[in-house]
Order: sequence, then C-alpha cells, then structure tokens
Amino acid sequence: MSKILHKKQLSKDVFLMRLYAPLIAEERSAGQFIILQLDDDYGERIPLTIADADMKEGSITIIFQVVGKSTQVLSKLKEGENIPTLVGPLGRPTHIENFGTVVCVGGGIGVAPLHPIAQALKNAGNKVITIIGARTKDLIILEEEMREIADEFIICTDDGSYGRKALVTEPLKEICEREIKPDMAIAIGPPIMMKFCSLTTKPYDVHTLVSLNTIMVDGTGMCGGCRVNIGNEVKFVCVDGPEFDGHLVDFDNMMSRLNSYKDIEKSHMCNLDKQFDAKILEVS
Amino acid sequence: MGHLSAEELQDKAKLILEDILAKEEPLKVKDRMKIPSQIMPQQDEFARRHNLDEVTLGLTLEQARLEAMRCLQCVKKTCVNDCPVFIEIPGFIKYIADGDMQGAVDEIKKVSLLPSICGRVCPQESQCQLNCTVGKALKDVDKGVAIGRLERFVADWERATGNIRIPEVKPETGKKVAVVGSGPAGLVVAADVRREGHHVTIFEAFHKLGGVMRYGIPEFRLPNDIIDQEINTLSKMGVEFKTNFVVGRTRKLMDLINKDGYDAVFVGTGAGLPMFMGIEGENLVGVFSANEYLTRANLMRAFDRENSDTPIYKSKNVAVLGGGNVAMDSARMAVRLGAEKVYIVYRRTEKEMPARIEEVAHAKEEGIDFLFLQNAKKIIGDENGRVKAIECLRYELGEPDSSGRRRPVVIPDSEFTLTVDTVIVAIGNGSNPLISQTTPELNVNKWGNLIVDEKQKTSVDKIFAGGDIVLGAATVILAMGEGRKAATAINEMLVKSDTAVKN
Repeated sequence: MSKILHKKQLSKDVFLMRLYAPLIAEERSAGQFIILQLDDDYGERIPLTIADADMKEGSITIIFQVVGKSTQVLSKLKEGENIPTLVGPLGRPTHIENFGTVVCVGGGIGVAPLHPIAQALKNAGNKVITIIGARTKDLIILEEEMREIADEFIICTDDGSYGRKALVTEPLKEICEREIKPDMAIAIGPPIMMKFCSLTTKPYDVHTLVSLNTIMVDGTGMCGGCRVNIGNEVKFVCVDGPEFDGHLVDFDNMMSRLNSYKDIEKSHMCNLDKQFDAKILEVS
Repeated sequence: MGHLSAEELQDKAKLILEDILAKEEPLKVKDRMKIPSQIMPQQDEFARRHNLDEVTLGLTLEQARLEAMRCLQCVKKTCVNDCPVFIEIPGFIKYIADGDMQGAVDEIKKVSLLPSICGRVCPQESQCQLNCTVGKALKDVDKGVAIGRLERFVADWERATGNIRIPEVKPETGKKVAVVGSGPAGLVVAADVRREGHHVTIFEAFHKLGGVMRYGIPEFRLPNDIIDQEINTLSKMGVEFKTNFVVGRTRKLMDLINKDGYDAVFVGTGAGLPMFMGIEGENLVGVFSANEYLTRANLMRAFDRENSDTPIYKSKNVAVLGGGNVAMDSARMAVRLGAEKVYIVYRRTEKEMPARIEEVAHAKEEGIDFLFLQNAKKIIGDENGRVKAIECLRYELGEPDSSGRRRPVVIPDSEFTLTVDTVIVAIGNGSNPLISQTTPELNVNKWGNLIVDEKQKTSVDKIFAGGDIVLGAATVILAMGEGRKAATAINEMLVKSDTAVKN
C-alpha cells in the first residue's frame, strides 16, 4: 500500500505523483523502476521509472503518460488515496562514472527516466549535452529541470511549435560530427526514436545506451515476457536491463512484441470510456 | 479414471461399507484386499473445459472410510519412509477407517500443516504410494492405498467443519527469523520456526502469497481458497507477511541480518527462471514461457477476461513444448481459455513423460493431442512477427542416457509443419538468480543453485536455503521436506545461540 502524497499534471496527458515508499526511496538508484498495480485481484502490473526520490520524506516520484486503461485510472486518483501494490526498486541501476561528454536524448515522456540519469552523470563530473524532443510544445516535460543540469541544451519539436523544428536525431548527428565527438550517448523515449538515435550514432561509433520499455508482468525475471534480442543473445529487460547497448538491440522485434495485445488493450480502453461516460451520466 | 458420477460412486461405497460394518469380527487381510480401490469422483470432462473449477471432487465420507480400510497397517511402513516429511501414514489412515476424522487431522498436523495442498499436488505414485504393500500385492501402484486422496479428504473435512485448530505456539523467545519466498518451502519453515516461539516474517515479491502454488498450479488443480486457508492458519499463529518485497532489491539479503537484526534467514525463492529452447523464432509474438502464460492466467486472473486488466493471448491452435506437469497445466489452461486445438509436443514417449499419470489422463480426457517423439525445430512467423506455424522433427529412441532414459534421436529429413498461432515453452525452470546476483557472499553451483550442507545451511552464517533454489525445479513436497530440515537446523541454532549468551 502506498499513499499518493502529491499529484501534479505536467501536460495534457502527463502526470507526476509523489508516492510514500520509504524502503524504495532508500534503495533506489538512477535507471531503476517500480511496478504498480491498482487492484490486488484484477489490476494489471505496469512498470514505471522512478523519476526521483526523497529519502527524508520517504517518497519516490513517478511520471506517467495516460496511454491505456491502467494509466488512465491512475491519473484519476487523488492525493491521499492509496495504490495497493507498489514494488521495487527493480532493474539494474545505470552505470555511472565520469565518461567525459555525454549526450542525453529524451523523447516525450522518456525525459522522465532520463532526468535522474542526467543528474547522476552531471554529479559524476560529466559534461552533459541534452536534447529534448516532442511532437509538439504541449508534450514537453521537465524542461526547466533538464536545462538546469545541462551544459548545452537543445529542444526540438516535430511541428516546430517550440524550439527547433526537427527530430532529435538531427542535432544528435551534428554533435557526433563535431571535431571532438561525444564519449557516450543515452537515448530514452519511444522505441522508434531510440532505434533511430542508435542508427544515428552507429557510424560515428559513439557508444549509445537505451532504456527499453517492453511489456512486463512480474518484473523479477520469472516469466520472460519482457525478453529482447541483444546481439545474439536473449535478455530479460526487467533483470538484465532496462538499459542496453542501442547498437545491439533488435528494435523491430521489440516493437512487434509491444503490439502483442493491441486489440485487447483497445477494447479495455473502450470499456473504460463507457464506464466513465456512464459515471458522467450518473452525476449529471 | 472412471466415468461414474459422484452419486453412483457414493452409492456403491455405501453398500459395501454397510456390509462391512454389519459384521462383528474385525477385517482380515484377505477381506481388506477384496475392498475395491475407490475411484475419485470428478467434474464432467466436457463441462470442465470451460471453467476453472477443481477437476477432482474428492472422495466421499464412505469412500474415504473404505479406502482407509484397504490399508493393511503393515509393520514395514515403507509409506512413511517414502514421504519427504514422514507423516505417520498408517496412523492417520486408521483413524479414518474408524470414522474419527478429527483424530486423523491431528495425526497429520503433528508434522504437516499443508495436507489439503499435499494431498492434491504431491506425486504420491512416486513417493508414499510407490512401495505400498497393497499396490505391490496387486502389482499396480495405482491400486495401492490412495494415501494422497485420504490426506486430502481429512483436510477438506476439517475445512468443512469451519473449525480449524491453530497449532500451539511456544512462548515468545524474542528471536527474529526472515523467510524469503512464500512458496511451499517457506511456509513449512515459517510454521516450524514459529511453533518454537520465534518471530517469523515472510517476505514475498508478489502481491499474493503461495509461490508456485498461486502463480503456477491452476485453480482446476489447486483452488486458491485452499492456499488462503493454509496461509490464514500461519497468520493466526502469528507469522507476519510482507508482500511486494523483493529481497535483493527492496532490501539486500545481508541487510536483513546486518541492518534489520534478523537472527536467521531462510531462502526459499524457488526456480522461477524460465528456460527457452534457443530455437529460431522464439521471440515472435505468440511465444510464451509457461511461467508467463500461467502467471497471467492464474495470478493475474486473465482467465476472467471480463474483469481482469491483464490481457492474455487469444489462441486457436496451441503447441505446448514439454512433457512435465507444467506442460499439462499450460495445455489444459489453453483449452479453458478457448483454444480449439492444443498439442503437447514431446520428444520422447509417453512412458518417459515426467508429468503425473493422473494429469496426463485428465489432459487426454479434455481433448489435448499428444505428439510423441516429435520436437520443434523452429518457429515460423508471419509478416507482422506473429507465430503462424512450427517446424518439427520426428525422433526415435536410442540408447539410454546418463539419466537412464532412452535418448531421443532425430530421424533425418523428417521435418513437417504444424499450423499454430501460439507456442508455450514448458521445458523447465532454472533457479531464480536474483538472490545470488545481489548476494555475492553465497556459494552457488554451475546451475546457479545455492549450495547447502546437510542441515540446509549456506556458505554464509545464519543463512539457510531449501526447495527449488537448492534442488532445481522439483516438487512441492520435496521443497517442504527441505523446509522441514532447515527449520530444525534454525531452531537448533537459535537455542544454542541463546545458551551461548547466557554463559
């Protein structure tokens, strides 16, 4: 059981919550995630990155985008209400050291998991170049927080409504072409974006980490639902990851696996819309 | 497996029992041998393909007494020695024969707190029942005294009374023991250690307790309310439960001792690491480990498509790869989830299958197709990355291998294609690596199993281990046997450390 201490809407579909979870707050490191469940009997288990933690308050911060039934229900919960199941921290922490110059690329909601990593890299003495991208201005989150950490900061939108009108791969390519190329890149966002970031850095031989967001059930390594091809090996994202070498990830397989339950998810959403409509009718 | 209804079986039993009870003199061996082996009533095989209700319905009272009267009360008691927790089998059976069910319950509970579970899922035919004198005399292990069914009967009888006696707990000692994992091994340790008056906390990674009994074994074999009942008894004894707690991540194992002050730790984290075949196409959409398939269906209740938020694949034609109990459970679950055609693909013959005979028979009754001496070579996908078929090879049996089973040998050029949209891989599990990865102090063997001494102690002081994390994937009752040994050692150690302090 975990109490919602604070809730804030960051953009149209993106919410931030601070949850009371002292043990997780104490143990977690950058790169790790939690699994939560909104009903102990019938709820599904969904993975969310730990965006921040406050040991004093005993809280962790999650940032999530409403994309389906569970995230929609979660977004309707209020401060003071409880989440029945919260487990973590899960996954391997990001390996942090002074690499030199690191390009941090965040797409959409991916900026949430990127933030603690960028912060830790900065603290370890790295020069941090940050690229934030989103479809449109309204979908940009954590701009100020990221700007604060960055030695160099680039923002771009697909439609040009804010910052540069470009995909994140454009500035990434330019940075790779500089006389002194970066020592490393980290790209977190939608699979397609991580795929193209990896393809962008590959010719320049810039080591690129990606944080994979596969389907998960338990999150402890016992089912293999989250498995991905990494080079010639099969790895479980929940225990071997979530971070992997982007140049080795089979993104196409991963993306087709992400669509395994598309039809069923849609029908869950439809049912939910009906329920909410019914509730609105009841109220009005 | 009979096809008589519960009523018919009961009526038959009643007549025989009345006949026996009408006689004054005690039963002779000859009379006992004449009592027919009692057939367990079961749910109609057509109806049960669409529900998760328990398949076997349990013996009736008269049937149980008759079955108990078949026991010769022999002095050899091979049954007791073949039981991993040494239940006094002839003793509890005698109570049933005499109609004293409470006496039978009390006898079993002296050593086992989980009879309604063991009675259902233990492979009795290869344990207590294997060397039963009656079965030997009738040259058929299935005709031996049905010890498991009798054990189940008394446990169910006790539950039906609604008055389950809570085992006595000795005065509090002030010692704290952590049990990691709430599967069968952990529950036994918790009970045995708690009885001695030590405080016990069970840490469980999932949101529900019971380990494989909850996420793996389906409700049609082991209903959830039975697990709940057994856990409730532990809770009434004062055992504390912490769910959603992943030891190794939420807290390091060593921290439980060094920071949280536990005097001993038992690691019973099981063998929950699914193995895959390593063949082409295994990451296609529609390929699942049996663990994932069963966890979705059982623990996450995806069987209840209307209410559960966890989706499960809609399948028409399913291939289950493997021949153990997990393969049977997966195949039978797929039938219940609406699959039209379900195949078990096994590379040896029926004789070598590790699954229980009873489960194989149930699977056959439910319409599952067994493809023996065949194995998947690769999985073929469509343009969307979804499974559309498997390519298989045929095999023949060659010389016996190191396990004594005849090794399957590929028949060259025997490839053929099976049209399926779902593949469930049920070829076994490895030990869960989370504890060993996050606790480098522990010694493990090459399979990642924890190495323990004869008292179940690991290479680290105060840390004990048992069950599948030590044995590799085994059975519920073997895990319980290891739990019992570990609990004895923990209790001994705690008494000793007490004396040491006083001196």
